Amino acid sequence: MAEKYDLQEVEVWDGNYAAAHALRQAQVDVVAAYPITPSTPIVENYGLFVANGYVDGEFVMVESEHAAMSGCVGAAAAGGRVATATSSQGFALMAEVLYQASGMRLPIVLTVVNRALASPLNVRGDHSDMYLGRDSGWIQLDAFNAQEAYDMTLCAFKIGEDASVRLPVMVHQDGFITSHTAQNTNPLQDEEAYAFVGEYQTYQEMLDFSKPVTYGAQTEEDWHFEHKAKQHKALMDSRAIIDDVFEAFEKKTGREYKRVESYMMEDAEVAIVALGATVETCRLAAQQLRAEEGIKVGVVAPRCFRPFPFDKVREALSDVKTVCCMDRSSPGGAMGALFNEVSAALYSTKNRPLVTNYIYGLGGRDFSVEEAKRIMREQKAHADAGYITTAIQQFSGLRGPKLGFFETNRR
Amino acid sequence: MAITPIKNLKEFSTANDRFEGAHLLCPGCAHSMIVRELMNCSDDNLVIATNTGCLEVSTAVYPYTAWDTSWIHIGFENAATAAAGAEAMYKARKRKGTLKDPDAPVKFVAFGGDGSTYDIGFQWLSGAVERGHDFTYICLDNEVYANTGGQRSSSTPIGSSTTTSPAGRVSYGEKKMKKDMVSIMAANGAPYVAQLAPNKWKIMAKGFQKALATEGPCFINTVSSCTTEWKFDPKDTVHITDLATDSLVFPLYEIIDGYELNILYRPKNILPVKDYLGAQGRFKHLFKPENKHVLDEWQKRVDASWERLQRREEARI
Repeated sequence: MAEKYDLQEVEVWDGNYAAAHALRQAQVDVVAAYPITPSTPIVENYGLFVANGYVDGEFVMVESEHAAMSGCVGAAAAGGRVATATSSQGFALMAEVLYQASGMRLPIVLTVVNRALASPLNVRGDHSDMYLGRDSGWIQLDAFNAQEAYDMTLCAFKIGEDASVRLPVMVHQDGFITSHTAQNTNPLQDEEAYAFVGEYQTYQEMLDFSKPVTYGAQTEEDWHFEHKAKQHKALMDSRAIIDDVFEAFEKKTGREYKRVESYMMEDAEVAIVALGATVETCRLAAQQLRAEEGIKVGVVAPRCFRPFPFDKVREALSDVKTVCCMDRSSPGGAMGALFNEVSAALYSTKNRPLVTNYIYGLGGRDFSVEEAKRIMREQKAHADAGYITTAIQQFSGLRGPKLGFFETNRR
Repeated sequence: MAITPIKNLKEFSTANDRFEGAHLLCPGCAHSMIVRELMNCSDDNLVIATNTGCLEVSTAVYPYTAWDTSWIHIGFENAATAAAGAEAMYKARKRKGTLKDPDAPVKFVAFGGDGSTYDIGFQWLSGAVERGHDFTYICLDNEVYANTGGQRSSSTPIGSSTTTSPAGRVSYGEKKMKKDMVSIMAANGAPYVAQLAPNKWKIMAKGFQKALATEGPCFINTVSSCTTEWKFDPKDTVHITDLATDSLVFPLYEIIDGYELNILYRPKNILPVKDYLGAQGRFKHLFKPENKHVLDEWQKRVDASWERLQRREEARI
């Protein structure tokens, strides 16, 4: 039996430490991992828990992130709880196996500390890795601070392992801003946390030899489509389970989570849509701008990036005049992913608000409350004019001449 | 695990049929002989991981499977890690008491072709062996990327004509020596490594049993004569493999704990290497007068390798 860890009611944890404790409390059977900045402390701290008897599962330090996810797939198919952690290049290296994990419907939990993708090499936070995973068939939950990194990791096990879901789950937090900033965090005691996550329910496991299983079969044009469609349906249907798990978590902790988090949206005219720690920056900016200038601005944040909450995003934004989507990833010759997905959701509303796109914060470039306020004022100007008065896609906080693409033809 | 002596081929070949005959491997493919031998030589529960390759694409095409045991395939490179992950889960669950049948012995085996073993999966194999997982890795070595139509691998021997090292007017085919995976794996810390061949089935079964009984990571390179890419008649698989072992192109030996080398088969009449090469289409061009130097080189290298093995056997280093 693993030793109980003595926890205070309030701990001062950074996002990495919070995630490591959540993995420990879930009593993961196998963690196969490879360290990479900025998620390294998750793996190091977990290793320390193992060394001091707080974990009785296996901790396998493999030779690469590709091997980490490969080991996780082998372990999960053998019927137990499995988790790992990574960032950036490590995430990119495991990309091949991410698809295999979800295709085999293995409920692995991956804590991702978001970081930019090279080149140029950069260790700071942006959402390039998170976006890289968006078609991989995983559920993607987004934490905006250390508390949420802890909470979402516990929820991730319960969501992914649900008999009707059986899908792998990523929990994202922002590199350094969340992962390395110590904050007050309210953990559950070990037994409470484990009771919430629950015992792992084995399903089609390789170690039950009375019913041999074949994992990772080949399907060509005759069956591949049906498998992928079923997998997509499972992802779409997981929305209800995510809602249930969040509700159960609120009952246990009083902390309320939704697939889309709305802040000051009741009477909002202008909305900002963002992910990660930026959500908190935007909330502060909205609060100040309402008090200082009376601009009715609110913040909408997809807590659940996959399955994309098309329904809830539409609900949250259907009554506003302008929506600004903040993408923290180089869009590579397109509009930002968040812009595209939010616009698509809003296209089928009556009101069809004006939607703009900001690319910001790449490679850890700071995004300030002042800059958020500037963007909000600009959105208000669009709202007043009734059309987008700037380029539709702009760059925030970029050195040199202003960069923007595409003008509206709705004026 | 107790090693059961195996005496009768007919009995053995039908002993414990966990690999069904209804697979899609080529007629005359040695892969199925090797896989069946592995599965028949043990009564323990088996978890099998298989790299992408001929064996994998021919045995688990949905909705069918040839595997009457637990089986997993992830990618081209990571069967060793899949087996290692499953083995780690077995240990964790055994300790926590969550296994359905905690007392039944379980063995973990990974299969890969030479493409996935010598090349793309080399790192994953090396990592799993270094970490000491209790599993056996079996390379089905046909010296070519057979599944994708016969491209060279780092196991392809000198002079072989493949689709990416073709023999032509100015080339005699593959220029490089075959990589010595057995020595590499012994140096990697595997407590038991061996090179075995299905024509010498008793030796092979015994080697498999030893590997399964050895705690820790074991590596076995098996000669898998490929009718399609080596270009010989499918009925001649065993004959070609006889030529391989009796010409000492594929000497059969084991290395225990990295130093104790034992030669497992000494041919009574050592055949000239050209007998082996001449029986296969992939070496046909070597018999042109301008390529005589390659044939000479071949014989020289095989002689030197046999000499080296014998010395190592004596020296125990």
